[in-house]
Amino acid sequence: MTVAVAARAYQPTRAEKRFVGWHLVVAISALGLGSLFGPLQALEASGIDLYPYLQPLFKSYYQGLTLHGVLNALVWTTFFITGFITFTVIYGLRRSLSHPWLNRVGFLTMVVGLVATAVPILLDQASILYTFYPPLQASWAFYLGLALVVVGSWIEGWGIFLTLRAWTRENPGVRTPFISLAGAVTMALWQIATLGVAAEILTMLLPWSLGMIDGTDPGLARTYFWFTGHPLVYFWLLPAYISWYGMLPRQVGGKLFSDSLARLAFWLFLLLSVPVGFHHQFVDPNIPAGWKALHASLTYGVAFPSLMTAFTVIASLEHGARRRGGKGLFGWMRALPWGDPSVAAQLLAGILFIFGGIGGIANASYNVNLVLHNTTWVSGHFHLTVATAVTLSFMGITYWLVPYLSGKRLWGRRWALAQAWTWAIGMAVFSNAMHTLGLLGAPRRTPLGEAPYIPEEWGPRLAQVSIGGTILLVSLIIYLVVMLRTALGPKADPTEVPEVPVAESLRSPQLTPAWLDRWIPWLVGAGLLILIAYGPQLVSQIGGARLNAPGFSP
Amino acid sequence: MSEPKPEGLGLDRAERNWMLVGLVVLLLFAGAVAIGALGTGFELPGMQMRVDPRTVASEGEFANPGLREIAPGVYEAYLVSRQFAFEPREISVPMGSTVTFYVTSVDVQHGLKIQDTNVNLQVVPGYVSTLTATFDEPGVYPFICSEFCGLGHAGMFGQVLVEGPG
Repeated sequence: MTVAVAARAYQPTRAEKRFVGWHLVVAISALGLGSLFGPLQALEASGIDLYPYLQPLFKSYYQGLTLHGVLNALVWTTFFITGFITFTVIYGLRRSLSHPWLNRVGFLTMVVGLVATAVPILLDQASILYTFYPPLQASWAFYLGLALVVVGSWIEGWGIFLTLRAWTRENPGVRTPFISLAGAVTMALWQIATLGVAAEILTMLLPWSLGMIDGTDPGLARTYFWFTGHPLVYFWLLPAYISWYGMLPRQVGGKLFSDSLARLAFWLFLLLSVPVGFHHQFVDPNIPAGWKALHASLTYGVAFPSLMTAFTVIASLEHGARRRGGKGLFGWMRALPWGDPSVAAQLLAGILFIFGGIGGIANASYNVNLVLHNTTWVSGHFHLTVATAVTLSFMGITYWLVPYLSGKRLWGRRWALAQAWTWAIGMAVFSNAMHTLGLLGAPRRTPLGEAPYIPEEWGPRLAQVSIGGTILLVSLIIYLVVMLRTALGPKADPTEVPEVPVAESLRSPQLTPAWLDRWIPWLVGAGLLILIAYGPQLVSQIGGARLNAPGFSP
Repeated sequence: MSEPKPEGLGLDRAERNWMLVGLVVLLLFAGAVAIGALGTGFELPGMQMRVDPRTVASEGEFANPGLREIAPGVYEAYLVSRQFAFEPREISVPMGSTVTFYVTSVDVQHGLKIQDTNVNLQVVPGYVSTLTATFDEPGVYPFICSEFCGLGHAGMFGQVLVEGPG
């Protein structure tokens, strides 16, 4: 109990606040630039192609789509997450980083990597989208930059693990505070997950782009990529879950319903996120059907902790709403503090995530996937998940985190509220149309406005894609204005600066079983599952690899 | 809420019930997929042969892409994909035909999605992708490239013409 009470008084140092703040500066800048290209794709869908007006700065639809994917899905997420988790770890532990220089080296490595990736993209020498499937070939700097971003995030992760270890030694027998443990689990998941893409870049793509080897094995490259690609989405999602479980209940005046289940959910994600990648490769020609079926069933397994999350988070919200006087079976929802933009953004993100989750189950379904694979359904799906559940939650977090770190007041509460709603509405319109078009057979990553095979009856849906994209552009501009005016505003009176919302749990975390605070069994379990689900296929695919596919430009 | 036992998970009853429901629902999904896979003869593309993407278009079946009738109403279609066209661009079969598609690429990755069928393939250079479709209704079935393959991707498509009786 003492832990939770004392946590309110803790203040990280100014240097730590600034360090986290720099992560957010890079993240929000990337989101700002990357998201400008989203509406360009969305407008193209109904034949309004604005790319000719961007000449000679941006050469093609695909250069724009590459910027959109890399900046939003990779840069915004990775920088926000490493910054946010650094914050939740030190704030939860009430302890400074044990090796702050290590975290700084990690961050600088990520920034150098970002620049190395950005230059070839801006020069149109890497317009191969954020999945960078070979044999489409980019400049070597693109691959090197991506590798550096990953390595930098590893180093920041090591700084976090060492800090957690130091705290554990100083506090024997004390349960790790939830937001710190969950943050560290997320970073551990990321270290395991990125082994795939690290192998892909270091053993194939980088030497190939440098001319040291003549070709790649594009089938094996896909296997490496999706080893990382699916847990990547949990790396995006789990920081939102940290907020939903560990912070949002406090923001609505409630408590975390179950500390035990919150921890269990995170361990289950560590266990189950990685050995599921083949469900992105159901229609690939180099994986036997039985292995695809195994990954399909494990994918259902990883849906389970998300179902647990749905219960615990909603129960925590209900607890808060009833304490605020909420009544009725569903009527309590009205008693939630919808006027707080940070809360509204995260509630809307959670509501849209229900549909994202259902769509995800469809994607994972062995047979249904044949209808959906490579269609706009998939892009619609991940705009509900990473671009709404994750991104809108992160935006909601910045509505208290940026004022807290900078010692300012949030500028324009009503504007921020409007931003949350327009993002949710725009994304609902956009994603609904994308899902429907996908079911009708529209291929993703295609300028549909110029495709010659589009039937006329798709017209209204394509228009909805453009309308959704336009609403999102408005929402993005509001977000950037709110962030800028907050960060550039005058210092606020300390009483006006928001607190860090850390939710207490209904019962003391000390009553949480010790096995939910031990790393080794879960790490060993995750390793074993990966060995079972991936080992034999990796041995046979690497053993049989033929590096005979030369590179091509897009 | 009942008083939790120390060191237990401290599960609320509603929480326990919800987890059970979640497990049952996921098992039902898995069961439905298993029945679909084993009971209805549904298939996903599995392992096929490997080829050399540099030479595949000049030797073997893919040197002469197109339709082969291997029995009455049973066909094999060999398709070569390259930036930014399928070869051949059009195949015609009579209504009721069963066609097994064999597709490969001589350059980058492509996709083959035949509208209104279950044929949806990732086409990966160095590999042959395959699936079978039966065309019971006459009409035009566009097949489109469904994986980004470069600047001309949006124009990469072809069609299966299914001819009605007479």
